[in-house]
Amino acid sequence: MSNQPRTTFDKIWDSHVVVEEPGSPTVLYIDLHLIHEVTSPQAFTGLREKGLRVKRPSQTVATMDHSIPTTPLHIPISDAIAAKQIATLEENCREFGIPLHGMDSPNRGIVHVIGPELGITQPGMTIVCGDSHTSTHGAFGALAFGIGTSEVEHVLATQTLLQSKPKTYAVNVNGRLSPNVAAKDIILALLARIGIGGGTGHVFEYRGEAIRALSMEERMTVCNMSIEGGARAGLVAPDDTTINYIAGRQLAPQGAAWDKAVAYWRTLASDEGATFDKEITLDASTLTPMITYGTNPGMGMGIADIIPDPMSIGDVSERNTLIKALNYMDLQPGRQLLGQPLDVVFIGSCTNSRISDLREAAALMRGRKVSENVRVMVVPGSQDVKKQAEAEGLDQIFKEAGADWREAGCSMCIAMNGDQLQPGQYAISTSNRNFEGRQGKGGRTFLASPLTAAASAVTGVVTDVRSFQ
Amino acid sequence: MEPFTTLNSHLVSIPTENIDTDQIIPARFLKTISKKGLGQNLFSDWRYNEDGSDNPNFILNAPESQGAKILIAGDNFGCGSSREHAPWALMDWGVQAVISTSFADIFRNNSLKNGLLPVIVDEDTHKQIQSLVEEDPTTKITVDLASQTVQLPDGRSVSFPIDGFSKTCMLEGIDQLGYLLKQEEKMLAYEAAHPARVNTLGE
Repeated sequence: MSNQPRTTFDKIWDSHVVVEEPGSPTVLYIDLHLIHEVTSPQAFTGLREKGLRVKRPSQTVATMDHSIPTTPLHIPISDAIAAKQIATLEENCREFGIPLHGMDSPNRGIVHVIGPELGITQPGMTIVCGDSHTSTHGAFGALAFGIGTSEVEHVLATQTLLQSKPKTYAVNVNGRLSPNVAAKDIILALLARIGIGGGTGHVFEYRGEAIRALSMEERMTVCNMSIEGGARAGLVAPDDTTINYIAGRQLAPQGAAWDKAVAYWRTLASDEGATFDKEITLDASTLTPMITYGTNPGMGMGIADIIPDPMSIGDVSERNTLIKALNYMDLQPGRQLLGQPLDVVFIGSCTNSRISDLREAAALMRGRKVSENVRVMVVPGSQDVKKQAEAEGLDQIFKEAGADWREAGCSMCIAMNGDQLQPGQYAISTSNRNFEGRQGKGGRTFLASPLTAAASAVTGVVTDVRSFQ
Repeated sequence: MEPFTTLNSHLVSIPTENIDTDQIIPARFLKTISKKGLGQNLFSDWRYNEDGSDNPNFILNAPESQGAKILIAGDNFGCGSSREHAPWALMDWGVQAVISTSFADIFRNNSLKNGLLPVIVDEDTHKQIQSLVEEDPTTKITVDLASQTVQLPDGRSVSFPIDGFSKTCMLEGIDQLGYLLKQEEKMLAYEAAHPARVNTLGE
């Protein structure tokens, strides 16, 4: 095994195998378990029913992000069911000794934003969370994937998980992005190519010049939506960009431990000659800003392209899927989306709510007003991002433009907390899913980058940021 | 979890591809702290009108769908989020097996841990079962886990894949956690050889 060239994924997998028995899936050791209020309560109930304890509270961390309001923090939570769920997480963390970044913590935020911020998301680790966007942490060269509540219980009780080994899938992104084309556009372009089931059973490794040139926050955006391609996880091998991002963070290794960790992280890149089960290559220099027109993230196109015609699709099921999607979206094939009137612009979510996303959006909104026809919500990914944005004056730019500056959380990405679209409304959203009703029953979502969303907020219609001056 | 052996039932057919977990159960129903009672929210946005009344055009509301224990759905069923509420809602409504040409990974894992059987069949078989249901919604088929076969009314038997471990757990109604708990010694040996890579308590 040791002489065979291995991929980053292989190296992480191999170093976490606890038990491998014929006829059983691998027992994999989990380094870090992130939990939140929505997918954990039933797991804790399971522990109590079986008389079990949390095996390693010091490798577990909790926060609340999905069902919490994004209104000012002094306002009590009005949704009694959500309040109960939040109180349940607080109780569970207290009883089982799990560190919690609760409503009053300056470190609270979307679970996939705070892991990297705290410095606990590190290369070479296995990271799980009861949330499919756990793939975000793969940006650090970690094997990070979403699990269900039964598996949350398994990890709480044993710090291990039963897993069958996924296959590997190299996503090569060569060349350089043009100005105003973002990391979000890379992942939307990939999804448009392979479809939302294209990566099922695989772990993506994003490689190539364009990926190397991305910042950590941009890499997180790309890895975040790996699950939208059906992949188990997505990762980027660690490099100087990764190491520089982690250095000095609150819970990152220090001193001699840091040097040792860095030396280990430097061994994790895929070996020369390592092979992948599947491979695809994109040319970043040909990419344009992307936008989705349908009801899954694979239904995307260049912002100036025309909506495809179902009648041009040979496969009956695929054709019917597109007909159903365009009916739901109330859009006509053969037309551009440019100029499509909008009701809401949402800038936030674990895909695009980090400080660099907010800086990009603010740069476009500075000195401008958002269209009076749209409601614009800007929701920072964490209280830490919020604090930093306020220190830089970004909140003032948003507020002066007429946008709503909120507290941190998942907000309108998942529409559990009252932040939602009304039936029939059109939104351009920097989030990750445009499924029917995802942002509110009957709501219609166009997924795009923060740049495209901000330009569209100003004009009130779907806008090509490249021609926005 | 209840043991799964053999199922003989009529079917509900939702031929749509890529049915995501937001359709199976919309996120606003995930604020519960229980696994129970989610069947009433199954396919909520397709199943109920704006005023909360039943949408008579949705198949789950049809009289012939009542009591069905098998759902047949389009390719890539259960894509999207990791919410285990999706299999909980399906099972609470009465579904015990879902037939499709493929399943999203997390949904499949979640289902197997709850005794909901994901049955992968080839496209031709999928089409054949669907047309049988379209012609006669009372058509019953048999899903037998021990032999890993779907048995059609014409006598044809089609096999489906499942890993041996999950199969045993489902047949015997065993919680997979039991297996993991038995590995504790090996887990401790692993930890001794690999000191913790992180400490969230900051100590």
